[in-house]
Amino acid sequence: METGRRNFLKIGGICALGLGSLRVVNALGKTETPPKFMANLQGLSAKRWAMAIDMKKCWEKGPPGCTDCVLACHSTHNVPDIGTQKEEIKWIWEEKYENAFPGQQSGMEPEAIREKPFMVLCNHCKNAPCTRVCPTQATFKRADGITMMDFHRCIGCRYCMAGCPFGARSFNFRDPRPYIKTELNPTFPTRDRGVVEKCNFCEERLGAGKMPACVEACKCKALSFGDLEDPGSEVRKALGSQYSIRRKPELGTEPGVYYII
Amino acid sequence: MLERALTGGTRYKKLLGVLLVFMGLGFAAYLTQWNRGLTITGLSRDVSWGLYIAQFTFLVGVAASAVMVVLPYYLHDVKAFGKITILGEFLAIASVTMCLLFIFVDLGKPMRILNVLIYPTFNSVLFWDMIVLNGYLLLNLLIGWNVLEAERKGTHYPKWVKPLIYISIPWAVSIHTVTAFLYAGLPAREYWLTAIMAARFLASAFCSGPALLIMLSYLVKKYSRFDPGKEAIDKLATIMTYAMLISVFFVGLEFFTAFYSNIPSHMDALRYLFVGLEGHHNLVPFMWLFAILAVAGVALLLHPDVRKNEKMLLAAAACVFFSMYIEKGVGLIVAGFIPNPFDKVREYSPSIPEIMIVLGIWATGFFVLSVLYKIAISVKEEVGA
Repeated sequence: METGRRNFLKIGGICALGLGSLRVVNALGKTETPPKFMANLQGLSAKRWAMAIDMKKCWEKGPPGCTDCVLACHSTHNVPDIGTQKEEIKWIWEEKYENAFPGQQSGMEPEAIREKPFMVLCNHCKNAPCTRVCPTQATFKRADGITMMDFHRCIGCRYCMAGCPFGARSFNFRDPRPYIKTELNPTFPTRDRGVVEKCNFCEERLGAGKMPACVEACKCKALSFGDLEDPGSEVRKALGSQYSIRRKPELGTEPGVYYII
Repeated sequence: MLERALTGGTRYKKLLGVLLVFMGLGFAAYLTQWNRGLTITGLSRDVSWGLYIAQFTFLVGVAASAVMVVLPYYLHDVKAFGKITILGEFLAIASVTMCLLFIFVDLGKPMRILNVLIYPTFNSVLFWDMIVLNGYLLLNLLIGWNVLEAERKGTHYPKWVKPLIYISIPWAVSIHTVTAFLYAGLPAREYWLTAIMAARFLASAFCSGPALLIMLSYLVKKYSRFDPGKEAIDKLATIMTYAMLISVFFVGLEFFTAFYSNIPSHMDALRYLFVGLEGHHNLVPFMWLFAILAVAGVALLLHPDVRKNEKMLLAAAACVFFSMYIEKGVGLIVAGFIPNPFDKVREYSPSIPEIMIVLGIWATGFFVLSVLYKIAISVKEEVGA
């Protein structure tokens, strides 16, 4: 009996080893070159994509209560309207100054700044805590600075939501598809229940040579978008001529969204 | 040895029956979650971790029960612990099993859990936590089982077990440290962003683990012919006393830093927990209960004569266990999310199905524990230890 068990374990071990090494053999024996795909020649590229939001332009030139950027973004990306605060899903939205910039208030701000809305979205941080904590690399940094989400790899552990200092991430607590109230955009994936989502700086539009939907939708040109490392870019021009701030700069995440007030 | 779990008196069978009922209810609740998603919980966009992750955090601590008997026995030759190392190790197995189940039920996409192995990510603390928890489970299974089997046969355990025993000691420290790092390294969760987080985890683990072990040892003595021994219990009580004092001291340190520095973001979570913030005070009664139990526990433990009295010691162990449960299993995780990144207070309270799932997993843990203890006690009774 004892010998039988021993032999069985030995043979089992060898079999497991054989099966396990299959992958190694495959990798070593691979001769064909990995499939290559060409980038869209019209696509836009940058060293680091960034956005500057000129809030003054937004408040002064935009009609009161304008939410063009939000609507454009949410319809482009099939963002559902769940209808509860608890399970809200949002990629770009309005917050008051005290909420967007907690700890930075003087307490004596002009009423306009205190009461007017600030647009907030994922900051596509250079040192993103969300990508640092993700256990599966479902959220990751691209070479051009965009913080991406792979909806098909995310296990829904929500560690990234705990890691994000900006509350930029939303979780699909339920199946979001019945709650997509805008016209369905068939060129962008809808999400499944149980994954995290957030703004992707419209990487799918950049790849096709288009500016982000929110930037395009803003009639008063309050949003400038471009390469932060190109001194001639729109975003650098906007930032070079006016004073700007970022959300929670003290955390060292290096947000890529700037606010001009 | 496993067959010893299958036979037993009516009391044993009744216990397993009751646990099975709770497991069934929990499983039914989990099926609803499986079908409808985490929407059935009280979790929200703002408080995205709740009761599940909090139970996990607390139970990682209880798993320290093993190291607190193994370390003195193998490194300091404290003979009294020889009889109960197995109880500590089996309690650790049950605790870690619950930990893993709590992580599993918290996932939005549980069927993708193997992605953690398919795409190993060394910069994620969660990846390392998976490694250390599973490793600790495996270590305790191997050690506990082999040592017990050797005891049954009246032989010495195999040589290869000894290095594993030594490895299991620092490994136990790693499970608390890595679990603390899950929280302590996040930039904008002020309540968690504290350098003593890992130290707090170790201290509370070293009192809540032994506390449960003391209570279980009492039950074992009462309902079986195996007596864990008064000396071992006394020593455990001493360990628990020191660890509890250090735990309470550490909580005090958090208060000092937050309130003497007077930095609002450091004070907010503590305020929320103990007096309420902006009119929200769901957790205030729990945290005061924590404070009362902690003080009562310390008061009972301080004097050696009091803690040598069995009834008093049991009361003290219960105080320690439940106070640490509230601190880790109720307050710590939720308060990390309050206020949210927009400086708004959004409260959390668990839903009924969520609580049922939690109870189901606790029942599963106690089921595993009962079966393992049944085996261990049967062996001990046979060899007449």
